[in-house]
Amino acid sequence: MLSSYAITIGTIIVIQAIAVCGLNVIVGFAGQISLGHAAFFGIGAYTSAILTVKAGLSFWTALPIVIAIGGLIGLMLGLPSIRVREDFLAITTIGINFIVEALFRYIPFFGGALGIGGIPRIMLFDIRMKGIPFFFLCLFFLCIVILICWWFTRSWASLAFYAIREEETAASAMGISPVRFKLLAFVMGTSMAALSGSLYAHYMQFINAGDFSFPVSVGFLSMLVLGGIGTIWGPVIGTVILGVLPELFRPLVDYRILFYTLLLLVMIRFQPGGLLGEKSLVKNILSRTFKRC
Amino acid sequence: MNTFFEQLLNGIAMGSIYALVTLGLTLVYGVMRILHVAHAAVYTVGAYMGLFLYSSTGSLLLAFFGASIGCAILGVGIERFVYFPLMKYPPFVPLIGSIAVMLSIEEIMRLIAGPYILTFPAKLPFPDLSFSGIYVSSTIIAVYSITALILLVLWYISSRTELGLAMRAVSQDISISGAMGINSHLIVSITFVIGSAVAAIAGILVGIYYNQVYPTMGAVPAYKTLALIVVGGLGSVSGGVIASMILGVAETMLIGYANIPFPRDALAFIAMIGVLMWRSEGIMGSSR
Repeated sequence: MLSSYAITIGTIIVIQAIAVCGLNVIVGFAGQISLGHAAFFGIGAYTSAILTVKAGLSFWTALPIVIAIGGLIGLMLGLPSIRVREDFLAITTIGINFIVEALFRYIPFFGGALGIGGIPRIMLFDIRMKGIPFFFLCLFFLCIVILICWWFTRSWASLAFYAIREEETAASAMGISPVRFKLLAFVMGTSMAALSGSLYAHYMQFINAGDFSFPVSVGFLSMLVLGGIGTIWGPVIGTVILGVLPELFRPLVDYRILFYTLLLLVMIRFQPGGLLGEKSLVKNILSRTFKRC
Repeated sequence: MNTFFEQLLNGIAMGSIYALVTLGLTLVYGVMRILHVAHAAVYTVGAYMGLFLYSSTGSLLLAFFGASIGCAILGVGIERFVYFPLMKYPPFVPLIGSIAVMLSIEEIMRLIAGPYILTFPAKLPFPDLSFSGIYVSSTIIAVYSITALILLVLWYISSRTELGLAMRAVSQDISISGAMGINSHLIVSITFVIGSAVAAIAGILVGIYYNQVYPTMGAVPAYKTLALIVVGGLGSVSGGVIASMILGVAETMLIGYANIPFPRDALAFIAMIGVLMWRSEGIMGSSR
């Protein structure tokens, strides 16, 4: 039986999977580490909330603006990635996350510490979307995002991305502009995060700066790494695993978070390439069984 | 004017504590090129161990030594079981491992000691001082003298001993120094011993300074010190110390005087982004 509890968990997982797919474009395809993805998730949520609550737009008219603003801010904040690399970039993106969260929390326009409440539900064909219909709406958006990612890996641009990821200097010597493709990755990834944030805002109907804090970014990156960086289905599988596990651990009550973090540690320690990545356990088993057939 | 000096002294004390935490992070980054986020968890464990030893034996000296030894073992354990096997992967893999270690340790401390704030009622062996109206508490004197002592010892080790020479060699190039006959893995472990022992002392000092110890006390320093090692220049110990001092004073002054509605915890990151845009090798880092 599909209880409303299971639907809630499922909806949250699908919404997060959209954001993690966006992170995959930045980290997996373009090879730029980002530990501030929750900031863009939050920017999407806040933009959509303000446009619908304060400006009175509907979700559908607000959506293109949300995605555009998410991409634009992603473009601006992607600029540091041109200047700094790897460890510096990781710390810079952590900083971006802290600064964005602080702005949400301390500027009265964003609702301050109280956050924004009373966000309307999405209307589609005169139906207020909640429960199972909303779950399928989110699933629909996730399918679009996965399709874009899949189409992207087949395009010429993905070759440029992989070239930059593997060896930036060599790629630029071959005439591939690292600046252009890195920024493209940031814009794609952050607009997906903004879409996911918008869905989140209209699902929860109440948002607060704490929903977009740094631990959320860590969660996104953990999901991506566990699933398999740079793969199409890795982000989805990682999100499902890390979304379902805390619920399965619920009987452990007080030891729940400990088990969750220890499991994360064990998985990253023994499967650092992710469950679907190169040389991973799942991939080995799959290829072995298919060879036998 | 007196409040100004008292604020300044508080700021320097804050900066000293940041410096002690940043020190370990910089040393670890120097030899391993890993962002050791779990360092802040080691510092939390140090504070708890110190509190436990102090309340059971009553000796502050024993608390400092015991916590340092305990944290050194913990630090080496993290290095051997988590970081070393993950060295060959891209840098974000050990980073996530480090964050997982930190969250696990925080949870373990919460389960052992409870989620509440414990007080650290330390009796220091010297009185509060007051110079022409400027009040200097005994905790500030303790923070200053211990920080100065640690910095002096570390400076001596790194510049006057063979161990220091080996550490500097490993931080320049780990594989070449291995080829030169240095047991680089041992040096990495010794770095973790030093860094973690200093973190334990910093944890106890924070506990005494604020008179509180709680499981998530490492959460904010964990990321703030990352910003500090960038501002100081990745891998530069003196840069990290200077950046910590500046941040400690700036934070305290901003809260005391400028009444801006901005959280002080974001200040370190704003400074960091400014430094990255203006001089990306940090204030003391060498340009590569």
